[in-house]
Amino acid sequence: MAEIRIPELCLVVLVGVSGSGKSTFAARHFAPTQVISSDFCRGLVADDENDQAATPDAFDLLHHIVGVRLRRGLLTVVDATNVQAPARQSLIELAKRHDVLAEAIVLDVPESVAIARNESRADRDFGAGVVIRQRKDLRRSLGRINREGFRKVHVLRGVEEIEQATIAYDKAWSDKKELTGPFDIIGDVHGCRAELEALLAKLGWQGLRHPEGRTAIFLGDLVDRGPDTPGVLRLVMDMVEAGTAICVAGNHEQKLVRALNGRQVKVAHGLRESLDQLATQPPEFVERARAFMDGLLSHYQLDGGRLVVAHAGLKESYHGRASGRVRAFALYGQTTGETDEYGLPVRYPWAEEYRGRAMVVYGHTPTTNPEWINNTICIDTGVVFGGRLTALRYPERELVSVPAEKVWYEPVRPLTAPGYRDPGTLDIGDVQGTRHIETRFGARVKIVEENAAAALEVMSRFAVDPRWLLYLPPTMAPPETSALDGYLEHPHEAFEEFAAAGVTEVVCEEKHMGSRAIAVLARTPEVAAARFGVADGSSGAVYTRTGRPFFDDMAPLVDRLREACSPLWDALESDWVILDCELLPWSAKAMDLIRTQYASVGAAARAALPAAVSALEAAAGRGLDVGGLLDRTRRRQANAALFRDAYARYCWRVDGLEGVRLAPFQILACEGRATALEPHAWHLSTLGLLDHELITPTRHVFVSLDSPSSRAAATSWWEELTAAGGEGMVVKPAAHTPGRVQPGVKVRGREYLRIIYGPDYTESLELLRRRFLGKKRSLALREHALGLEALSRLADGEALWRIHEPVFGVLALESEPVDPRL
Amino acid sequence: MLLTISTTAAPATDLGFLLHKHPDRVQEFGQSFGTATVFYPEAGERRCTAALLLEVDPVKLVRSRGRSSPDFSLSQYVNDRPYAASSLLAVALGDVFRTARAGRCNARPELAATPLPLEIALPALPCRGGPELAHRLFEPLGWQVAATAVPLDPLFPEWGDSRYVTLTLTGTLRLADALNHLYVLLPVLDDAKHYWVAPDEVDKLVRAGAGWLAAHPERGLITRRYLGRRWSLARAALARLAELGDEVEEALEPAVAEEPADAQTALDEAAIAEAAETTETVEGAVASEAPSKPLNVLRREAVLATLRELDVSSVIDLGCGGGELVGALLAQPRFVRVAGADVSTLALAIAARKLRLDRMPEARRARFTLFQGALTYTDKRFSGYDAAVLMEVIEHLDPPRLPALERVVFGHAKPRHVLVTTPNVEYNARYEFLAEGARRHSDHRFEWTRAEFRAWAEKVARQYGYRVAHKGVGEEDPELGPPTQMAIFTHQQASTGGSEEGTRG
Repeated sequence: MAEIRIPELCLVVLVGVSGSGKSTFAARHFAPTQVISSDFCRGLVADDENDQAATPDAFDLLHHIVGVRLRRGLLTVVDATNVQAPARQSLIELAKRHDVLAEAIVLDVPESVAIARNESRADRDFGAGVVIRQRKDLRRSLGRINREGFRKVHVLRGVEEIEQATIAYDKAWSDKKELTGPFDIIGDVHGCRAELEALLAKLGWQGLRHPEGRTAIFLGDLVDRGPDTPGVLRLVMDMVEAGTAICVAGNHEQKLVRALNGRQVKVAHGLRESLDQLATQPPEFVERARAFMDGLLSHYQLDGGRLVVAHAGLKESYHGRASGRVRAFALYGQTTGETDEYGLPVRYPWAEEYRGRAMVVYGHTPTTNPEWINNTICIDTGVVFGGRLTALRYPERELVSVPAEKVWYEPVRPLTAPGYRDPGTLDIGDVQGTRHIETRFGARVKIVEENAAAALEVMSRFAVDPRWLLYLPPTMAPPETSALDGYLEHPHEAFEEFAAAGVTEVVCEEKHMGSRAIAVLARTPEVAAARFGVADGSSGAVYTRTGRPFFDDMAPLVDRLREACSPLWDALESDWVILDCELLPWSAKAMDLIRTQYASVGAAARAALPAAVSALEAAAGRGLDVGGLLDRTRRRQANAALFRDAYARYCWRVDGLEGVRLAPFQILACEGRATALEPHAWHLSTLGLLDHELITPTRHVFVSLDSPSSRAAATSWWEELTAAGGEGMVVKPAAHTPGRVQPGVKVRGREYLRIIYGPDYTESLELLRRRFLGKKRSLALREHALGLEALSRLADGEALWRIHEPVFGVLALESEPVDPRL
Repeated sequence: MLLTISTTAAPATDLGFLLHKHPDRVQEFGQSFGTATVFYPEAGERRCTAALLLEVDPVKLVRSRGRSSPDFSLSQYVNDRPYAASSLLAVALGDVFRTARAGRCNARPELAATPLPLEIALPALPCRGGPELAHRLFEPLGWQVAATAVPLDPLFPEWGDSRYVTLTLTGTLRLADALNHLYVLLPVLDDAKHYWVAPDEVDKLVRAGAGWLAAHPERGLITRRYLGRRWSLARAALARLAELGDEVEEALEPAVAEEPADAQTALDEAAIAEAAETTETVEGAVASEAPSKPLNVLRREAVLATLRELDVSSVIDLGCGGGELVGALLAQPRFVRVAGADVSTLALAIAARKLRLDRMPEARRARFTLFQGALTYTDKRFSGYDAAVLMEVIEHLDPPRLPALERVVFGHAKPRHVLVTTPNVEYNARYEFLAEGARRHSDHRFEWTRAEFRAWAEKVARQYGYRVAHKGVGEEDPELGPPTQMAIFTHQQASTGGSEEGTRG
């Protein structure tokens, strides 16, 4: 019984004449979606599986489907006769284009069997001649099919062998996803044995083992240039044999193997040192080293696919794939084809474009300081050139290094910081089109294309540098509409809502009426450069709900705010912080809006209503019946005056920063922590440390929802607050509550609502009570999840594009049509 | 919301016959957005006054737009419509005094045809352009105009005047003419966003303007404003985001001119006048005074000429706006591939309409790509063209965002040539109407001197391996230089095809 072994991911090309049983074979061994048959494609493009005129279009379609499947990493079986070499060749090329291996399975049945099968099928109306011709092609093919580029050609002869054959799968060689670490990943050693031993000792290794069972991963380039290549090789080989280390090939091993194999190579770049040192070693050792290096693979996928290691890095589409160019990329990296001033090839910055979820750790290019670029990191710190030998602890993401004992080898090019740093440039593909954003705080969030288009315009024309734009605040819904006479919103409904959701304690925070502001602050410009990659000397940003800077020159506000927030550095043990605030007065930012919208309404009312009242009074004086209209007009005059007072309360004159206040009410994130998830008591007490004229505290009361007196106290607090002209309050569960519970609801005051619903809204409360909150509440939940997701990605040290994705999503959702008065 | 019409003709109460409304009655007329009431505060033999009081219900107003329009912005709820003599008052007036407006009066036919001493008062007239515009619009029609600006808020005197004026018109005119003047000019002075403009407005304008609009010296402005700017979905989304950021919607509008589509066919003459009368860019205003071509035309011609000299065959216009340049490129077969990209979906929609994209012949359509893209995001669709043009684009970006644009264009798309034009701020001194230190467009984040532009261009060229040459566009001032400056970047590794333009740099 023949067992056919094929890789888990490959392109299987079935070869056999019409009637050889390919479709039956495929159906027995593969899932229906894995098998793409030419007959099926012919049917799709011609409504007739036997329409030979449609064959070119059918194969175009077949190649397209196969290509898409291979790109997506799916095993695919091509069910077509494939008896002619050109047909097979185009499939092999297709496989290569997606860096997967191609396997051929030849079904060789006697001519008579095939002819008989075709005759028994009503839909096969061609004669025996077709089969005879195809068999001739097949015979001719079998002689050279082995040299066509298939990894393996499996030939099954005769009906019985075909029926009894089984398929078994081999994992890809690079697949070590079952190894979950923890790992100590070590950069280019280049024969520096002493430093390697020192580093292993510093990492806690004892001999060939780590007491905590860690596994070492060597990123290649163990050899050349340094003082003791044989010593390094011996140690690494012993560790690999002991099962405590794995190792990928570097370009230097590749070349050394070729030299040891007696091939003609140019002896340069430190190869001489290796050859000389190995010449002093016993021949058995040299052979052991040669075999070891010859057997090294170019990359591994580890920890369920979350970690990829390769000497020179690897782009996402090559992960787990096998082809010459995948190996070349892993060993040498990609170059642009240009050379720099030292004559060295200019490297293609693949890491900047990297959007994969797997962390990629690599070496090859010596730098002074390893930096994360889109979840990839190069940890070659040039120990042989007098730099350091560096290890990355995984999953801790912690860098550990030891200095070189001396400059062992003079570099061609001086060691520099990375030639490029994460430039903060995002790709249009990160934001455009319909998107689904995964969050850890609820279901995935869908962003539709039109909303993304509107957000793109605002984002790119007005927003601050995306490296500062790490969060945008979500919208907030009001509670269910109050039934109380004269009120549209009241604390009662907010308390009821949270109590019903099982929340026992809420906090009521004064809602400042200003402009929402997000402040991102770094302790120093150096911190800004190191943590956020903004190296223009700025040390923070304060921006609006749409990401726009508050003032043309943000620096003065940022500087004063950093000064005001200095107690936070120690309290948070962080050199940076993101605060959620309200910037006061409203008129500081919204002056144009107040002028064109609110004050204008007030002015028009003030000019028109007295004239209308006196015209009506004159008419009434003539004995005309205008009583109802006169009363209404007088009431509207009074309402207009109240409206004017409502907006004017939030306006005062500012001169530069003089008069500007900031009311922070939440600490969104600091180093390593998405603090937005902390309870509000923590936020308010930590922010209570701030004592500065710029800072306005946020008044608040905690409410125990079980206690009627606690509720009543908070209600009268709200009544006092709003009677004194306050906007109202925000009611939030005291601690982060997962699930479909609103993170907060706003209960706005009766007078404040004139700004929202218009001066005369109190005249038509019954009509306005019929408002629909569902969409607003759903948006609030989705935007809240996106905001927390952005902060969590930031805390996890994820790449900028990963943080930008949910931030952009918030802005896109905010362009959704929803009743703006809610 | 209040309009009064008084006459001192004897007997003054004949006004009731002319208006078809009895002076001793109070009459209500339902409107889709509220209720109009006509009553007479005074009705003597010597003087008679009719008042039209319009009660607008803003809630009803929004609802009247119907279920099919799902879009909202807060400004539709909190607005001046209940108080101001806006386009809604004009609509009510048109409806309530329909017969009077047509000049018909069976009871007093000779009176309807006779000019009468009239006084019209509007306590709160929204008047974009201030009292001065009220004079310009009403005086040519035979009115004496008294217009006073209403302050925004008496307790904040530093805020200045509102856009409302208290207006009194006096003159001896036929009542029908007076009503038609108001019917057309109230919305024109208002010039608010026409959320509620109906598609048949053009016909209404032609009818109501009969006999006086054609000869009015401001007919261009009247036509343009009357037809208004059309409210589109793209704009509604932007309006929401503007309010979210505590900003007025205009602050977010893209820097493209949108022509009123209906005006083109109905009133070509007015459309031409409208093009000359743009308040947003001073360049146009100056250009229209001079006999020479407007600067934007000169700029486009200069870019086209340079592209021809460089002998490029494929061009991408980054920030294509309304599509003027790509249209010109498509007209020349030598440009075998042309692309336009802009971040504004509204600009793209205008470009598609102007270029008649849906009716473009296949051969031309196959040469052309139009898409939304942002210059701060790398985009592989920007790559693969011989030349990229950034015409009046960089100054619309905040300076800290320029390095991102540089990377996207010069580092990533990396075309053989990049053409950049930008205003020369030194030349602003020549624009009389431009206040000291003001910029040429409200969305300009900066305007550079020649030295500043050159320093930037050289820094970028050095960083990304380009060499750069400079040109001026427009009539050059001996001291201040040209109004527009252009930099022509050529990649170092590109072969030096075409003419060598470096001599002028």
